[in-house]
Amino acid sequence: MASVTLDAVRKVYPGGTEAVTPTTLTIRDGEFLVLVGPSGCGKSTLLRMIAGLEDITEGELRIGDRIVNDVDPADRDIAMVFQNYALYPHMTVRRNIGYGLRNRGASAGEIARKVDEAAAMLNLRDYLDRKPSQLSGGQRQRIAMGRAIVRDPALFLFDEPLSNLDAKLRGQMRIEIRALQRRLGTTSIYVTHDQVEAMTMADRIVVLNGGRVEQVGTPAEIYHAPASTFVASFMGAPPMNLLTGRFESGAIRLDHGPALRAAPGGRSGPITIGIRPEDVRLGEGDHVFDVDLVEELGAHRLLHGRLGDQHFTAHVLKDMPVREGRQPIALPDAALALFDAQSGQRL
Amino acid sequence: MADMTHDTLAAAGPARPARRRLRLSTIGDHAILIAGALLMVAPLLMLVQMSTVPDAEIMRTGPSLAIGDRLWPNVRAALTESMSFSGRNTGLAMFRNSMILGLGFAVGKIVVAMMAAYAIVYFRLRFATLAFWAIFTTLLLPLEVRIVPSYEITQRLGLLNTWTGLIVPLIASATATFFFRQFFMSVPEELVEAARIDGAGPVKFFVDILVPLSRTMIAAMFIIMFVYGWNQYLWPTMIVTEDDRITLVQGIKQITQGLEGGQIPEYGRSNILAILAVLPPVLVVLFFQRWFVKGLTETDK
Repeated sequence: MASVTLDAVRKVYPGGTEAVTPTTLTIRDGEFLVLVGPSGCGKSTLLRMIAGLEDITEGELRIGDRIVNDVDPADRDIAMVFQNYALYPHMTVRRNIGYGLRNRGASAGEIARKVDEAAAMLNLRDYLDRKPSQLSGGQRQRIAMGRAIVRDPALFLFDEPLSNLDAKLRGQMRIEIRALQRRLGTTSIYVTHDQVEAMTMADRIVVLNGGRVEQVGTPAEIYHAPASTFVASFMGAPPMNLLTGRFESGAIRLDHGPALRAAPGGRSGPITIGIRPEDVRLGEGDHVFDVDLVEELGAHRLLHGRLGDQHFTAHVLKDMPVREGRQPIALPDAALALFDAQSGQRL
Repeated sequence: MADMTHDTLAAAGPARPARRRLRLSTIGDHAILIAGALLMVAPLLMLVQMSTVPDAEIMRTGPSLAIGDRLWPNVRAALTESMSFSGRNTGLAMFRNSMILGLGFAVGKIVVAMMAAYAIVYFRLRFATLAFWAIFTTLLLPLEVRIVPSYEITQRLGLLNTWTGLIVPLIASATATFFFRQFFMSVPEELVEAARIDGAGPVKFFVDILVPLSRTMIAAMFIIMFVYGWNQYLWPTMIVTEDDRITLVQGIKQITQGLEGGQIPEYGRSNILAILAVLPPVLVVLFFQRWFVKGLTETDK
């Protein structure tokens, strides 16, 4: 087990593309950190630099107290789970899991014992003598996990490990991976583009955009206090409503709408106003919400429509009566998040 | 056939035109296939027939339907009797020589080509692409084009009449290198990365992962290269002047050359040698057939 420290780590590809801008980040011992962002945001590059599969252009990477910039992946005391599992197709499950131990010169008895332990932990005991091609996606995922845990590394790296699974299995494996990590207490870095995975699994989330860290925080912090409009719109399904508005005579006013609340510190000019769909109150207040479409989701419903002339989504629980058409809606002051209209940064 | 028709009738029910078309096309297909098979097998059957009758009769009548009693003596002569005064070029010895040449070619070419492709695909070499295309363009230069310089080099190295001289100068294979390169490029990048993290160095990755993954490709290449080596005629003829290195393909030619000496050539014996020369390639193809098709068509990943 170990902490991981990135000190102004930067990646520039030959050809000049800057995939990761200088990033400083500390992952605590035993923490489950999730890197999340849209494709091309640099999250995989960051993970691969930590794994040693990608050179670090600038900056310093430490695992524990050791600077590992120039250390071979095999000697970094890490294990990695890949998106398409990267199992050795010609080896049995047993040999797949034990391969890393064998390369490190472990004795046959030790390998057998550790593979057995890992297989028991992952319910793979019955499949040890099969080939990966004879197993289902979920089982292959478990083999990849087994290959990682059998070496008892200081650090687990996950590169979108669940994106090849169907939705139901994904939910199940999410819980399994999290429970396993809790039990082993191994520091883990997990890359995903799925904000639900990020929210449900992480101790802390790092939201990346365009090779830059947008925000670092616990899932609750990220969700309730997004640092920018990017984070606000990326995290949460449906995303936070972002409305254009302006400071006007000491109040915040929605474009073509009534005043919302007093403006802090006599500002003026345009502004972006954010509110989570579940924070609105339907059937009261002085805004008019024109509902075009009701999405039935069982436990709750999503109402899509327009507020003024802007797209708006409201989230209501199943007991709430809903209808299409114009209806009053309240945007509580406490739930509003204000962002700079130009930079998108939170005010 | 009657049963089949009955079954089709019961199953197909009202679809009468469809049934008739199926039957006609089946007959047509079979006719074509049978005719093709006969055409392919006929020369071989003629060889067998001719080796059962005395050589003089072949001169007189050519191939016929008569089955004589000379088969066993011919087989024995072909396998054990020498064709020259040295006594070292019996059929069995030539068979062994051909085998050494075929296996040496197949194994050597596969090993060299795999290692070349491994270097080109997996290592960051300067001019790797250039090197690959340089190898690839040698496909445009068959052995016959460069046979004089090749011979001269082999001769200056003192390798005439040696196995090394027979095999090594021809061991580089652009075809095999190209096939292995294409295959290696289709192996997922993540497999290499997983192996790196698992502590497998370049040699371990090659031996533990790449070679087993390539086994269908290896089988396919083995067939092609074995048959290529087995059927070599020009190169062994130039390199080998001593009887004890002569291959089957050369030996057949030597026997029929008897005609020029005014005697009746030993057709029976050379026919048996010809059959012997066909057998190993056929067996290799039969044995590796499954992998051969797999190797050239699908990827087992």
